[in-house]
Amino acid sequence: MGKVFSKPEKHKILFRNMLQEMDKLGVGSILIIMIIMFFMGAVVTIQTALNLENPFVSKIIIGFATRDSIILEFSSTVTSVILAGIIGSNIASEIGTMRITEQLDAMEIMGVNSAGYVILPKILGMMIMMPFLVIIAMSVGILGGLASTFVIESLSVQDYLAGLQLDFSPYRVFYSLVKSDVFAIIITTVSSYHGFNARGGALEVGKAGTKGVIYSIILILVANLFITHLMLT
Amino acid sequence: MIEVKNISKTFLDNKVLNNVSYTLKKGMCNLVIGRSGSGKSVFLKSVVGLHEVDQGEILFDGRDTTKMASKELKALRKEIGMVFQGGALFNSSTVEENVRYPLDMFTTMSKAEKQKRIDYCLDHVHIENAHQLFPSEISGGMQKRVAIARAIALNPKYLFFDEPNSGLDPVTAIIIDNLIQEITKELNVTTLVITHDMNSVMEIGENIMYVYQGQKWWEGNKKEIFNTNNPELNDFVFASDLFKSIKKQN
Repeated sequence: MGKVFSKPEKHKILFRNMLQEMDKLGVGSILIIMIIMFFMGAVVTIQTALNLENPFVSKIIIGFATRDSIILEFSSTVTSVILAGIIGSNIASEIGTMRITEQLDAMEIMGVNSAGYVILPKILGMMIMMPFLVIIAMSVGILGGLASTFVIESLSVQDYLAGLQLDFSPYRVFYSLVKSDVFAIIITTVSSYHGFNARGGALEVGKAGTKGVIYSIILILVANLFITHLMLT
Repeated sequence: MIEVKNISKTFLDNKVLNNVSYTLKKGMCNLVIGRSGSGKSVFLKSVVGLHEVDQGEILFDGRDTTKMASKELKALRKEIGMVFQGGALFNSSTVEENVRYPLDMFTTMSKAEKQKRIDYCLDHVHIENAHQLFPSEISGGMQKRVAIARAIALNPKYLFFDEPNSGLDPVTAIIIDNLIQEITKELNVTTLVITHDMNSVMEIGENIMYVYQGQKWWEGNKKEIFNTNNPELNDFVFASDLFKSIKKQN
């Protein structure tokens, strides 16, 4: 870990690599996040509407519940769990392949701190990109909910929009963004660790990818509990 | 010159290197030969510092790497070039980017100077019209040559080759051997080649150490190796029918 955060050989190269990782890991994940969150937002709205068919409960509660579910949990935690599967395995297998094909050794022989060169740009890149991904996830999720109002007969667009504006607290967005950055650190460090310590052949690279994903998801869920307890209770 | 004095290396309970001493002479192709699993690659990785030795000294022109601080070791590594068994080229970078990598990391050269150096290194290993190709798009022999070009990019004092001919056809293997010899003489570097290829021994073996079961079993040159009475070395050298027939003829 110390090696990852030690002074880089050249800051310019670190910055260049970080931009590449932001593009590869962050921008490359936008489309899948948008697709998942659009449908998730729609499904959450439909399910909430189905459970609140009581005439004594105002319809605007549906929009309110959808908004809070998406902002508090789906946009950050669920997105991060999905990203752990997508980019966590990508990171672990990329670094694992570099390990077994001796590319990391080649860097070390040249005098390059391979851990810092390969892992640090991924951590920084994801820390920068994750809040943007979460904001996109929030927006698309809420849009998905809005789209679902066209198939839910009992819910009007006006009720949904009124629900979105009900008792809005920007602190909840802040809480979600803080969580997302912690999750970004977990995904990149855990996956990188398993890739970096892969030994053997292709089978071990696959195992490193699987381990990276599993441990990242478990740690995300545990961290979610702690952060929620610290920030919301 | 590199002096290796009484190094040992154990992995768990397995003693892979046992009190090995060897002097790598400057401007020569120094070869470490031996059967698979004899400890050759561990010897190489111990010398370059990828494995920490349990005991002994490794002196690069008098500088003991086993006692060096990591900062000093890092500085020394800029004087080292190494070609790995599989080439270890960065597969997401082109041929040219692979050679540029050490220049980007450790020099303050201008773009034009870097390009000149890249062209020089790639010309030296006879790579033409492949600068923009990725390692997966070139042959195994070309990958080895690009790896050599990358290894010499920073004008190293010491060059290491881990089984440079593995997976290559005999003709390409000879080309690589000749290239190693050419670079060693031209740049006056201390070269260490790990191999179990007897053709390489005959081509470039100037100072040879035979490793057997983690120990130095024999040391000499390519002329002496064919007249040795060492039974284990004889078994290794004359393992093939070709070499047996050569021995009979002589």
